[in-house]
Amino acid sequence: MNDDPREVERPTPPPARPSTTGRRGFLARGGLVAAAASAPGLAFGKDENLPPNVPEWTKSLGPGVTASPYGAPSPFEKTVVRRHVEWLTATEQSSINFTPLHELHGIVTPSGLCFERHHGGVPEIDPAQHRLIVHGMVDRPLIFTMDDIVRFPSVSRIHFLECPANGGMEWKGAQMDGVQFTHGMVHCCEWTGVRLSTLLAEAGVKPEAKWLLAEGADAAAMTRSIPIDKALDDCIVCYAQNGERIRPENGYPLRLMVPGWEGNVQIKWLRRVKLGDRPWHHREETSKYTDLMPDGKARQFTFMMEANSVVTSPCPEKPMKHGKGFHEIRGLAWSGRGRIKRVDVSVDGGNTWKAAELQEPVLSKCLTRFRLPWSWDGGPAFVQSRAIDETGYVQPTIDQLRAVRGVNSVYHKNAIHTWRVNSDGTVNNVQIT
Amino acid sequence: MSRSRNALALGLAALALLAATGVAAQTPARHGIGRAATAAEIRGWDIDVRGDDGLGLPPGKGTVEQGEKLYLQQCASCHGEFGEGNGRWPELMGGHGSLTSEDPRRTIGSFWPYAPGVFDYVRRTMPFTAPQSLSDDETYAIVAYMLNINDLLPAGAELDAAKLRAIRMPNRDGFLQGDPRPDVVAKGEPCMTNCRKEPVRVTSDLARKLGVTPNNRGN
Ligand code: HEC
Repeated sequence: MNDDPREVERPTPPPARPSTTGRRGFLARGGLVAAAASAPGLAFGKDENLPPNVPEWTKSLGPGVTASPYGAPSPFEKTVVRRHVEWLTATEQSSINFTPLHELHGIVTPSGLCFERHHGGVPEIDPAQHRLIVHGMVDRPLIFTMDDIVRFPSVSRIHFLECPANGGMEWKGAQMDGVQFTHGMVHCCEWTGVRLSTLLAEAGVKPEAKWLLAEGADAAAMTRSIPIDKALDDCIVCYAQNGERIRPENGYPLRLMVPGWEGNVQIKWLRRVKLGDRPWHHREETSKYTDLMPDGKARQFTFMMEANSVVTSPCPEKPMKHGKGFHEIRGLAWSGRGRIKRVDVSVDGGNTWKAAELQEPVLSKCLTRFRLPWSWDGGPAFVQSRAIDETGYVQPTIDQLRAVRGVNSVYHKNAIHTWRVNSDGTVNNVQIT
Repeated sequence: MSRSRNALALGLAALALLAATGVAAQTPARHGIGRAATAAEIRGWDIDVRGDDGLGLPPGKGTVEQGEKLYLQQCASCHGEFGEGNGRWPELMGGHGSLTSEDPRRTIGSFWPYAPGVFDYVRRTMPFTAPQSLSDDETYAIVAYMLNINDLLPAGAELDAAKLRAIRMPNRDGFLQGDPRPDVVAKGEPCMTNCRKEPVRVTSDLARKLGVTPNNRGN
């Protein structure tokens, strides 16, 4: 509900510190203590599995093929999870959690780690009883079963999806000391489905139809208006994510993918598409998801997710424990307007920039992984990244953004982000000028 | 010889034609999948009311007085008796003149541009724990009460579709159409060396003090 930074600005106490009761025990803030020794099944502080000893797992037989019909990550990866901030929202049914970007490699987000943003909880939908109705300004109002939809010609695309409130807590200042919370409302998956244009052709869009309303089957019955040009361009009605049916929290059994546009329009649990001649001006495109400017006017229908980037190593959760020497700076960049053309990285707060290496393939409207080797001298550093997309758009500084939009717009904050690396290797979120 | 060559040429042409039509046949405008949605099926799900002109508003009516009763029973526990919002639950009133302040309050009274949009939202998803449980008359009544606590409808009033359409919300002209972005545009090529005129100055260092760092609880 509240993508509203003033909810955050209050000096409310932060959520509970790392628990001291968990099995993993006394992890210091920021995860500074190496966890391996306290991992399940191992006596703390013992190194009996290290060479020259032969490890336990080499001397016994492991479980067989049926032990885990649907695999799960290693128990040693228990901390690689989505997290939320308790004091952000009144209820978990209308709330946000965040993708652990600092734990990800490459560009694909595992389905179980994709950030969640629901307005009325996650519905448990029986696909046999799910329907999509396409009606309004069409020649033939149609109703589709899930089997119908899967029968249509299919398409797969890898796209990022970002909540426009990503980083929205940071308009007024640096508040969240972790990349999971400053940038974790983005994920990137392979999506498979039928082009929306194919379904619309089936129903026959009347010439006077200029917009459509997409509606979810959840308790929020979420709705957004989408211009017909975008609908016919590259939107996909998806039933699969990363090779399997969509996860419930991501819209099972059917969701809309609107590549490069803000996450909220990509209606999950899609049940209805209605064609009309004007937008609907519903709650999520008036009261919410509009950008309040300093003059008190709000921009409406600001769909595009402009180019953004962030360094994911180092970051507050991944401090420079190793001391001075080699460190590969790693991060992610993306743009709703197309491909990332270049990412520049600075370690001196923007005085000197170097172009990072981009991992191929660099896809349109997709996360792009960048890397730059760095030799850390052990002194304080201000690490930043600056994305440039194929349209020539350059990611702005926070000062540049604020000069135009003030600090009350909540949404679409895509400023160059700064991590301060301290001499002891810890890393903090700061804003600089 | 020449006949067979002709035949071959013809065959190739036919093949090319076949290929062309073959491709077309694979992507017909219509696939004949799905079936006509019946009027009854559509009616059950076609709940949207257009925010600005109220297209789709159902028949029905309700008074501020009836609305107050329903609101106190079904809404006030979260939104407060007068829409002031309990704790972190959304507030539904007030905020006039706050949109240019440091602490803008976006409410039905201060921010929502159109009254029929309120009807659409309440009918589709409130009360939060029992969405789509209100009748149309109840929805009119509750919307009437919410407009009343925002000084947009007098206490004795009754609300129906026509009256709802006629209400002019205070922030009616508060929205800018047409996305002006990119509105922050770099001039020239991005600088690569000696870009700073002044040394780095930290303007915000609150995050470290707040300490909202993802922990390792594994929750
Ligand atoms: C259990 C708590 C709860 C109850 C009871 C409740 N609401 Fe809500 N209401 C919410 C939440 C949470 C939201 C925000 C939902 C979201 O994430 O979009 C909300 C949002 C709203 C909004 C939109 C506010 C805005 O400015 O965007 C309106 C209007 C509203 N509720 C009206 C009602 C009415 C009318 C009732 C009674 C019929 C009601 N609510 C009952 C929790 C509640």
